[in-house]
Amino acid sequence: MISFVIRRLLSSIPVLVGILLVTFALARLSPGDPCTALLGEHATPQICEQFIARYGLDQPILTQLGIFLRDVARFDFGDSIRYQRPVALMLVERLPMTIELSFSALTLAVLIGIPAGIIAAMRHNSATDVTTMVAANVGVSMPVFWLGLMLAYVFGLLLRDTPLWLPPSGRISAGLTAVPFYQVYGLGMGRSSPLYNVFEFFSNLYIFNSIITGNFRVLWDTLRHLILPSMALSTIPMAIIARMTRSSLLEVLGREYIRAARAKGVPRAAVVFKHALRNALLPVVTIIGLSLGSLLGGAVLTETIFGLAGVGRALFEAITSRDYPIIQAFTLVIAVGYVIVNLLVDISYTFLDPRVRLE
Amino acid sequence: MTVSPLDSLDLISPEATRLASKPTSLGRITLRRLIRRRSALVGLTLLGVLSATAVFAPWIAPYHPEQVLIGIETVERREAPCIHLLGCPEDRPQHLMGIDGNVRDEFSRVVYGSRFSLAIGFTSVGFAIVIGTFFGALAGYLGGWVDNVIMRVMDVLLAFPALLLAIAIVAVLGPGLINALLAIGIVTIPAYARVMRASVLSVKEANFVAASRALGASMMRILFRSVLPNAMTPLIVLGTLEIASAILSAAALSFLGLGAQPPTPEWGSMLSTERNQVFTAPHLVFFPGLAITLTVLGFNLLGDGLRDAFDPRLAVKGEAPRA
Repeated sequence: MISFVIRRLLSSIPVLVGILLVTFALARLSPGDPCTALLGEHATPQICEQFIARYGLDQPILTQLGIFLRDVARFDFGDSIRYQRPVALMLVERLPMTIELSFSALTLAVLIGIPAGIIAAMRHNSATDVTTMVAANVGVSMPVFWLGLMLAYVFGLLLRDTPLWLPPSGRISAGLTAVPFYQVYGLGMGRSSPLYNVFEFFSNLYIFNSIITGNFRVLWDTLRHLILPSMALSTIPMAIIARMTRSSLLEVLGREYIRAARAKGVPRAAVVFKHALRNALLPVVTIIGLSLGSLLGGAVLTETIFGLAGVGRALFEAITSRDYPIIQAFTLVIAVGYVIVNLLVDISYTFLDPRVRLE
Repeated sequence: MTVSPLDSLDLISPEATRLASKPTSLGRITLRRLIRRRSALVGLTLLGVLSATAVFAPWIAPYHPEQVLIGIETVERREAPCIHLLGCPEDRPQHLMGIDGNVRDEFSRVVYGSRFSLAIGFTSVGFAIVIGTFFGALAGYLGGWVDNVIMRVMDVLLAFPALLLAIAIVAVLGPGLINALLAIGIVTIPAYARVMRASVLSVKEANFVAASRALGASMMRILFRSVLPNAMTPLIVLGTLEIASAILSAAALSFLGLGAQPPTPEWGSMLSTERNQVFTAPHLVFFPGLAITLTVLGFNLLGDGLRDAFDPRLAVKGEAPRA
């Protein structure tokens, strides 16, 4: 088990190195210099010279790479060129939003997708099965941004003045503030404190923060704001999970040992849930890990539509304005996160399927 | 004249004669299996309508997609759809999908948009197939360090969320439809490389490959004449499904302002221009999005149908119950 984990960890090192190189190269490959892209018409040659010298863009490319790797090792991502603020701080402010969004979308996708797949498989070829699969097919075909806008229109405008109304944008209602837990509990600290970023990160996870500070009004409000974006973001993974669960369960249900269990007189429900499901869920777990990538891509669109200040939107803005430090740091965090999640998925196999350990 | 008792028994049905006389190629079997699947048939129909719309766009669309109607008709900016059949007064000009923010006929723009979505799907996937199969075939056939290098590069490409990588590539190349297509093509390459490599690995040890090697065929000839045709099935299936996601990604890039630029009647870009008006003029968001959904749905259904039709393990009618 441990040797499997170590082997798997080692095998992701080349990919991580590749990610570092690509992240570094992507920003440098851009034609046009960041100076004119950022400063626009204010960019006189003198100002640009100062600008380039300040951000080390005049150094040889290998020196730049060296500086980049050293800074990554220190978790020092420099200052955003556009916002003139430490990138680490922006990450701490924006990452929690995206984590909350992706996590709630994935939860929704799993909670609806897996049961839908199971029901469809158990009633193979019935009307329920066909309806579920039609819905799943439509689900994977809808553009996230279109669904998001239509949901905002229906729940934000058409259902106004009804109990079903949901806020179509923002993360929290105006007038409400999520007071950071470290202030509530008197753990006041300056920005210079090394723990500041860690505390700030957790306090920006509004759900977590409002639960531990007992502020249930904020919790309720945050959750309501999360519903529409999560619905928009969850449809594609939900549809994929439902389809995967169904086909995988159908395949397992056709195996000999299932027939044997049925022949012994094990009730059908017990066969499905105890004997078949555990084996059928293996490919589903893989798909859940992989769908995180599409979730993060979808987060750019969802955050744009619902006016949420998350990592996806920030990265998109940084890419279009060539804000190198943000591009590097955010891409790195996202890609590394993706690799780690897939690592966890692989490790989870060892719990779901003992055969993996023995290989 | 004696009547054979066998004649009246009708042992040989016309259907059996017909089947026996026709050679059944894999293509024919596949086609027959395909059209027996209702979902694939729906997909084919959707794509048929879409292709017809694209081809006959100038005859279907009542206006030119970029024609501004100010001074030509008494219509207002972002006017709601006016359909005579649904009770819109006959003296008002008919606009099936309403008027857009620049006083153009939305229906005509959606109709012309079908041309872009098909072109987008086929070019970006075509590009990815050519490059991806080439590298995949090389990796699978040569093995060793070539295989290792190519596949590690593909792993790195796959480590980035596809849309984010595409955004980054477009940012490097500059916004525009062509660059967006290139970006989508690039992020799709690893999928083909992997599929092709796997197919090549399974085919290259076959006797007929050994035979052509013994006959002195060059590596390229073996790859393209012996190995590639035998690896086509998964490529076709993957290709159809990838066209669906390529159209979605292209629409997303246009929505973010990185793909097709206004006034091009491209669905994602049309939706993007009007997205802030969703509360006042929802029809300008609804129709282009619906068009994207139906197109993508068509390719997804066809892809699923093709996968099932090509799979010899799945019988067609009277399918053995699997559960």
